[in-house]
Amino acid sequence: MYAQMVESEGNRGDLTAQERAFQDRIDAGEKIEPKEWMPEGYRKTLIRQMGQHAHSEIVGQLPEGNWITRAPTLERKAILLAKVQDEAGHGLYLYSAAETLGVTRDELFEALHSGKMKYSSIFNYPTLTWADMGAVGWLVDGAAIMNQVPLQRTSYGPYSRAMIRICKEESFHQRQGYAIMMKMAAGTPEQKEMAQDALNRFWYPALMMFGPSDKDSVHSEQSMAWKIKMNTNDELRQKFVNETVPQAELLGLTVPDENLTYDEQTGDYSFSEPDWAEFFEVIKGNGPCNRERLQARRDAWSEGEWFRDGLTAYAEKSAKRRAAAALAAE
Amino acid sequence: MSSPSDMNTGDVVELAAKEAAQQDVPDHHVTDVALKPAFFDWLCRMGDTTLILGHRTSEWCGHGPALEEDIAQANIALDLIGHTQMWLGLAAEVEDEGRTADTLAYLRDAMKFRNLLLVELPKGDMAVTIMRQFLFDAWHHDYLGKLTGSSSPRVAEIAAKALKEVTYHLERSSDLVVRLGDGTDASRRRMQDALELLWPYTGEMFVSDEVDRAIAEAGIAPLVEDLHADWTETVTEILKEATLELPSGTAYAQKGGRTGRHTEHLGFVLAEMQFLQRAYPGASW
Ligand SMILES: [Fe+2]
Ligand SMILES: [Fe+2]
Repeated sequence: MYAQMVESEGNRGDLTAQERAFQDRIDAGEKIEPKEWMPEGYRKTLIRQMGQHAHSEIVGQLPEGNWITRAPTLERKAILLAKVQDEAGHGLYLYSAAETLGVTRDELFEALHSGKMKYSSIFNYPTLTWADMGAVGWLVDGAAIMNQVPLQRTSYGPYSRAMIRICKEESFHQRQGYAIMMKMAAGTPEQKEMAQDALNRFWYPALMMFGPSDKDSVHSEQSMAWKIKMNTNDELRQKFVNETVPQAELLGLTVPDENLTYDEQTGDYSFSEPDWAEFFEVIKGNGPCNRERLQARRDAWSEGEWFRDGLTAYAEKSAKRRAAAALAAE
Repeated sequence: MSSPSDMNTGDVVELAAKEAAQQDVPDHHVTDVALKPAFFDWLCRMGDTTLILGHRTSEWCGHGPALEEDIAQANIALDLIGHTQMWLGLAAEVEDEGRTADTLAYLRDAMKFRNLLLVELPKGDMAVTIMRQFLFDAWHHDYLGKLTGSSSPRVAEIAAKALKEVTYHLERSSDLVVRLGDGTDASRRRMQDALELLWPYTGEMFVSDEVDRAIAEAGIAPLVEDLHADWTETVTEILKEATLELPSGTAYAQKGGRTGRHTEHLGFVLAEMQFLQRAYPGASW
């Protein structure tokens, strides 16, 4: 998931009449729009979730961006570049949607750069071979889709509309990732080895994307009541495993889980939990690439300061010039 | 401008069908044996230049100074890769020795590359990237415009397609040169420094050799000298608006890229770009 362990602000106790009416609208499937009244907790939780989601899109550019200059053919290079560019576009939609809640993009960047806001744990893992471009598209975008498809029905209008645009592109991302995996898995022994290795490295981090089991979490309960979280983490993880295991089989690759079994009755796979201790370390900033990823974003921001300032200064100057010209023409 | 949706599977199939249809456009230059060496070389000059500039531009992906700029640079890179596929695809066809756009891009060494030196220089800061793009776009745009009237229908067709995108590239880079030149003192200084750094590499765009002359004689392309006056006019006008100073015209022109003599930078570009194809010969990706 691109938003993990988002703390929810609401109180689940007695609702005021205004809060009750708000909840009724949500229960009736109405969309909440920016200018309308909303509980402060709803607004804050949404900012947190959408901000984290937006940050994940742009930090998520980095692990794949790592291979753009080494893509093996012109077509692969173009497809990967278009994909990573899409992610920047997703970031843009989401920051814009978050801005409707009264927070600026610069404020959100500041919170990312200072470490106050997080992004998905998955982007703190390295991309080591070309097969990782396949694994990331297939598994990471695949896991993101699990969460984002239901979020198209989320209660906040701008978020829901951003999700609808984003989902269209995400399924293409997953397909192109799977296409790379198919080539690699059916390729030379070295390519097949790279493909298996990529699956081995990304399987558990992909499962972690959904966050720890939230069956006892008060935060999730509130977020679900507000329809800014549509399913539990466990539901989505199960759905992901159920869809992904047969895809791995089709590739002739082995999911790195000795305990993976299929239950005919439920149609569910049972599977091993990822190492949650590792997950919490990554969240804390101790994953293999946390420092590099965050530093890359900070550098892009600080090295780009003169550029942004230059554009702003020009815009101010030319506004003044236009005003002066209009005055002179009178 | 190539948009992300261009990359959708449906579009790709459609594009491939269109591409296949084009192969039927009769073009006697493509099979002209006497012209072959010059035509092949000239097509590599076009395709290698867009390839290497596309590569440099793509290095910004994920590291731009603002999200909008990140997206725009990726778009430009995508367009240039698209042009490369067309130019090198035609080069391979003209050569007729079983190579493809990909094998030309990924399996030649530096001395066989024919790109302008200007485009292989490191991306530098955004000032260098944008100034280079502008100096190149002003030339590229004019050149492609003339190539749409080429005696080779295939060349004219590629030029017409590329021209649409490059028109946008030039508008964008000119606009940014003006804004950043006439922005803050810091942005102005960076743009001026970038201009001074790149200026000696612009002369190469206007020097013809025997390859260009053979191509001009066949009516495929104009002599590049003929582009110089218009280019100078465009560049002078934009730099003036940007409050930047034109470097003295006497700077010694660095050249050699178009005949395979490169800067030290190209080898590293190729080492990176060609890594997979070199490390796993014959694999398909
Ligand atoms: Fe995305
Ligand atoms: Fe994606």
